[in-house]
Amino acid sequence: MSVLAMATEAIELAQDFTADEAKANAAASGAGMAYGLAAIGPGIGIGYLVGQAVQAMARQPEAAGQVQTTMFLGIAFTEALALIGFVVFILLKFV
Amino acid sequence: MFAKLEFPPIENLVEWPAYLFDGTGFDFNKIGLISVLAMAIPAFLFLIAGRELIPRGVQNLAEITVQFVERQVMMSAIGPDGRAFLPLLVSLFLFIFFGNIFEVIPTFHMPANARMANPLFLALITWFVFVGAGLRHHGLGYLKASLFPPGVPKALYLLVTPIELLSTFILRPFGLAVRLFANMLAGHILLVTFGVLSITLLDASPLVVVFPFSFAMLVALTGFEIMVSFLQAYIFSLLAAVYIDSSLHPHH
Repeated sequence: MSVLAMATEAIELAQDFTADEAKANAAASGAGMAYGLAAIGPGIGIGYLVGQAVQAMARQPEAAGQVQTTMFLGIAFTEALALIGFVVFILLKFV
Repeated sequence: MFAKLEFPPIENLVEWPAYLFDGTGFDFNKIGLISVLAMAIPAFLFLIAGRELIPRGVQNLAEITVQFVERQVMMSAIGPDGRAFLPLLVSLFLFIFFGNIFEVIPTFHMPANARMANPLFLALITWFVFVGAGLRHHGLGYLKASLFPPGVPKALYLLVTPIELLSTFILRPFGLAVRLFANMLAGHILLVTFGVLSITLLDASPLVVVFPFSFAMLVALTGFEIMVSFLQAYIFSLLAAVYIDSSLHPHH
């Protein structure tokens, strides 16, 4: 098959994609990227946060209750970023 | 030969047909039913709980719930002067917990908080309460304390005030609502994914060997979601308490 024939075939294939399909494909890959990237930071953050909290509780077991409350607060704030990424994923994928 | 995984469209997972009042704008569907149950079950439990000095039966449950919210949420976030907000915090905790726990209860399998309306309204209630508490205790000084935090160089207020305005009055309720909503929707989709996967694998003849793992994962995730239901109710009421505390005692 000549190069020209391949090129025309590729153009015909590309024309088969309507604008909507192309948009849906881009949205689907963008959705995966959005959640994947949004999970990196909070993943590291929550790991570090809980690690430090465990260390604090091991060093000072009598402060465990207070450390735990603060830890949950910190997790809630850190996790929000990942959750916004998840909402973006839903918006891109399904809306 | 291999089965194709047919994941249902998102509308099938979160939109439910109306049981009553279809098309009137006041449709009563599964979400409405779960919300009413989440309101009625705790109310019923607290009504049938006795008021004896030595608790028995349901009264133990009611007292443990109130004590948990009092110690872990109210005392740790606000301190003793938050007692006026304890009824609100207990109501928030119980309504959210019962709304969430229907995620794993058979025949329902839907958390009421996976639709934005419920978390949004709860977040708006929290917003009105913490702004109202601040205005009531400090008057307009509350706005001054939250928008112009003391100890900042004068020129920096150009930068600090818009950030504080955004983070205190807009991002707080937004964060509360999205945190609860996205957690419950994610859990719901996760359970549906493994449910669909298990059923599809059961039908696929050679792939049925993978079925036990998929099913075990479904069981484990159900347990995990029970924990998440509780944790989200706890975190929502804890954050509400923290926001109320920042209105009552703005300088620390």
